[in-house]
Amino acid sequence: MGRLTTSLCGIGLDNPVIPASGTFGFGYEFAQWYDINCLGTFSFKGTTKDPRFGNPTPRIAECPAGMINAVGLQNPGVDKVIAEELPKLKEVFRKPVMANVSGFSAEDYAYTCEKLDREEQVGWLEVNISCPNVHGGGMSFGTDPKAAAEVTAAVKKVTAKPVIMKLSPNVTDITAIAKACEDAGADGVSLINTLQGMRIDLRTRKPVIRNVMGGVSGPAVFPVALRMVWQVSRAVKIPVVGMGGVTTAEDVLEMMMAGACAVEVGAANLADPCACKRIIEDLPAAMDKYGIKTLEELGGK
Amino acid sequence: MKQQILTITENVPVTAAVYRMRLEAPDLEAQRPGGFVNIRLDGLFLRRPISVYDSEPGRLTILYKVVGRGTEQMASMRPGETLDVLTGLGNGYDLSKAGDAPLLLGGGVGVPPLYLLAKQLIAGGKKVHAVLGFNTKEEVFGEDAFKALGCGVTVATADGSYGVKGFVTDALPADYSYFYTCGPELMLRAVYRAAKTSGQFSFEERMGCGFGACMGCSCKTITGYKRICREGPVLEKEEILWDD
Repeated sequence: MGRLTTSLCGIGLDNPVIPASGTFGFGYEFAQWYDINCLGTFSFKGTTKDPRFGNPTPRIAECPAGMINAVGLQNPGVDKVIAEELPKLKEVFRKPVMANVSGFSAEDYAYTCEKLDREEQVGWLEVNISCPNVHGGGMSFGTDPKAAAEVTAAVKKVTAKPVIMKLSPNVTDITAIAKACEDAGADGVSLINTLQGMRIDLRTRKPVIRNVMGGVSGPAVFPVALRMVWQVSRAVKIPVVGMGGVTTAEDVLEMMMAGACAVEVGAANLADPCACKRIIEDLPAAMDKYGIKTLEELGGK
Repeated sequence: MKQQILTITENVPVTAAVYRMRLEAPDLEAQRPGGFVNIRLDGLFLRRPISVYDSEPGRLTILYKVVGRGTEQMASMRPGETLDVLTGLGNGYDLSKAGDAPLLLGGGVGVPPLYLLAKQLIAGGKKVHAVLGFNTKEEVFGEDAFKALGCGVTVATADGSYGVKGFVTDALPADYSYFYTCGPELMLRAVYRAAKTSGQFSFEERMGCGFGACMGCSCKTITGYKRICREGPVLEKEEILWDD
């Protein structure tokens, strides 16, 4: 066991660093910047039953210490993901990968998860019930404990692989949603997805993003994410994957001290294509600085 | 695509709002005409994508308009300072389709990406004519630089204060073999309607990463979904789908 090793729902990770869905494509874009086998794993682009173009542009805005996106789950649909994207992914990444799934009904989620369950390289299913950028799906499942439990149960029925429910911060009490997922059989939870936000262009007096609102990510949301990881870690017994504004090795340590067993990195990958590689390389020195011998001792589940 | 630290060796205004910045590094490769670089700036989260104006091994020149915090910050930088830059981004213009007498149509800050293109087309023996459009005389730049390459140049200003009065589409020559264009979307749409030949359009979009990861700058085309940062910014006339 190395200093950086950890495990997520029974599957070992060489380190806890996991690029977050929607910021890492299917891996091969980043394989041009560095050998992505240094990662713990990565969560691939949110996949739905049918192909989606997503929202009209502009989809991106900047904000202090972060960004806002309203991509809207652009993806080629699960069949094309399996036929075209996963073979390309396999060429550049040897480890189990996290499949990120979104949908517009519990049946939708189950359909896509069942198909991805048959893919050998898929280690975990991360079920996104928290996308703020689609109507009639996504986040609406993650803001109601009953709906969150329904999706969890539907997905659990069709897969033997660990199911990690990705939670929305746009709720009054995130622990209630997390507990509902746990009670419905979830193997883990990951949080937080983006916080709803917007910008207005002073010149045009109109919203920068065509969809008006989008999801805020980046260092700006880190304290909010950390607080929620802390709360959820104390409310459930299943593993918690922390994310939200993580940019440095120190942020990873802080997330793990809050209770995360692994840490996803999102927006940082867009500002710096080598962000995750740098974070992994920086971890040992950061651990030395704070007297941490192994990440296991931080006690994340 | 490379992540590089480049040193600023020149950063001067060419009009009231447009600056020319030269960046150098020994291992910097020559950039493609129509390609772009993505520049990290202190205190700003997203990089700033800027098109290539001129480039040769070891050296890159960009022309940028000061429009917001990022470009304001760039304008305040001095020679000797360094920038973290992603280089070699975007597909760039395809020079093989130019024919004998290609026409270049640039509007405002859409002019810079045409400069390296003109240089390479002329080096390839083409007879190149450039129509450069601006709002008003004070905003005009590039005329002498394009002429020095051996380009025919027509300048148009919307208010008629310099050159032909009107838009680039009011100053089209009678004959040309192909065209390349870059400028504001309204201009690109006008060129699309007015052009008599096939051609290539360079598009602008708000980007997240600039290297194909985030799907922030996607557009629909006749040949499927494309990312402006990766399969673009240059699209062929025949594949463009304008969204209304």
